[in-house]
Amino acid sequence: MKYASVLLLLAIAAGSAWGEGGREQVGHPRPSGIHGSVVVYAAASLTQAFTVIGDEFMKRHPGTKVLLNFAGSQQLSQQLALGASADVFASADSNQMKRAEDHGRIGQGAPRIFAHNRLIVVVARNPSVPVRRLADLARRGLTIVLAAQPVPVGRYSRIFLDKAAADPAYGAAFRDGVTANIVSLEENVRAVLNKVILGEADAGIVYSSDLSAKSAAEVTTIPIPDALNTIASYPIAPVADSTNPRAAAAFVDLVLSAYGQKVLADYGFVPAHPAGIAAK
Amino acid sequence: MRTGGPTPALRLRIPGGRMRGGRTGSKLWYAAVVPCLAFLVIPIATLLLYENPGRILANLDQHQVAQAIRLSVLTTVTTTLIALVVGTPVAYLLPRLRGFGHRLVETVVDLPVVLPPAVAGIALLLTFGRRGIIGAQLSALGIGVSFTTAAVVLAQLFVAAPYFIKTAAVAFAAISPDTKEAAALDGASRWATFLHITLPLTRNALLSGSILTFARALGEFGATIIFAGNLPGRTQTMPLAIYIGFEINLDVALALSILLVAVSFLVMLVTRLLLKEQEEQ
Repeated sequence: MKYASVLLLLAIAAGSAWGEGGREQVGHPRPSGIHGSVVVYAAASLTQAFTVIGDEFMKRHPGTKVLLNFAGSQQLSQQLALGASADVFASADSNQMKRAEDHGRIGQGAPRIFAHNRLIVVVARNPSVPVRRLADLARRGLTIVLAAQPVPVGRYSRIFLDKAAADPAYGAAFRDGVTANIVSLEENVRAVLNKVILGEADAGIVYSSDLSAKSAAEVTTIPIPDALNTIASYPIAPVADSTNPRAAAAFVDLVLSAYGQKVLADYGFVPAHPAGIAAK
Repeated sequence: MRTGGPTPALRLRIPGGRMRGGRTGSKLWYAAVVPCLAFLVIPIATLLLYENPGRILANLDQHQVAQAIRLSVLTTVTTTLIALVVGTPVAYLLPRLRGFGHRLVETVVDLPVVLPPAVAGIALLLTFGRRGIIGAQLSALGIGVSFTTAAVVLAQLFVAAPYFIKTAAVAFAAISPDTKEAAALDGASRWATFLHITLPLTRNALLSGSILTFARALGEFGATIIFAGNLPGRTQTMPLAIYIGFEINLDVALALSILLVAVSFLVMLVTRLLLKEQEEQ
């Protein structure tokens, strides 16, 4: 019954994986015997950081090919739940990792937190209404895009609004005002950022890690105070029935290593194991 | 060219004899047909039989689902009507053009059909978006297009109108100029000729072109989510709801999918009945 959908999903997954990573390294496998392809399902916010880590992985293990599939974590976990084939899953929240666990794709106790992320408000250049402080988001006439509810950053944005409603400095009026300004619920965090960069929307809520040097120059940012912010925890785990478990485990180890943690820090994440990062 | 009846023994002795060859040939023909038909039927059947229909249809009650259905119907019908109105002149013009002009217009009309919908969405965004070349002027006048239901219609129109135009153009081309001349000789104005001769003669083709446009608009996704966005009640059409629903809750996605299959089926049925009525008149 499910095979038709699984085939379709595999085609989609393979198609998107081919676009990412994957330089064929010609060389002899290392004595450790890690070779072959490693299919990594990773949250969209990890695009730059994991591409760099993937390249390093292929350098350290010639004969391997890292295929990165970036999408909203909710889409990846649904694909895994329906049987898509992958070796590693890195999610932007524990809910999506848990769904994969519940469907037997991830071993119990296997996920490990490898990074944290926090929310930040991005504002387009020349918004239709001036936005200088957080409270301005509720001003009428503003267009705001958030990620859709099942997307981790969308869920965190909702939590931020709820926390703000409970905070006397902002109140329920703030949440209602912001909600009334929402014009679209995007399917992943990068789409939110792009719409703000394009100036199609005045403001959006993304992860602080989404701001590369280039995109940061194209928008202005408003920090969200810790009390209202959600510190997202990103879990990573090898997929239980991976066809390349040694390489999968090695990739996870690289992400958690001092090198991987430094790359994540460079790209705006809060590393989970900062003590391991060598001083610059 | 059947010969009289040779005895069965004689028949069998003719290698590849016509009758024997004929029977084997038609069986092969059927075998060749099966893979494609099966490929088209099995996924739809799987979709319809995946879950208990009652459980699935219960999902249709949900507010977001009802909104998606209403929005899809509203926008798709609007798109089809607009395509009819603005597309007919283009379809009428196309067969009357020759050479380079004809090729140019034909290419322009063909392009949205060949273009990936996401590309169409980006193009529309860069044109009619708030900072777009046309959109910026509209914004100055206080008219916002992106993220509105109007944007959904525009996205659908862009990808679906060419289907109507092409079908109608073929139909208009098929009307012999002698017919139109005869009408003119009888004193009919160009407009009257169009109304009373051309339109009735091409009614079937125009109808089927509209059906194609309707179906394409109903299923439009890529251009919609990029240009119009995704907001329940305003821009979240059924395909968008299915896509997002698929990520949260397979049942909702299934319910909407089955509904879309049913609607498509209904549309095909209605078309066939209408066309049959036409023929019988």
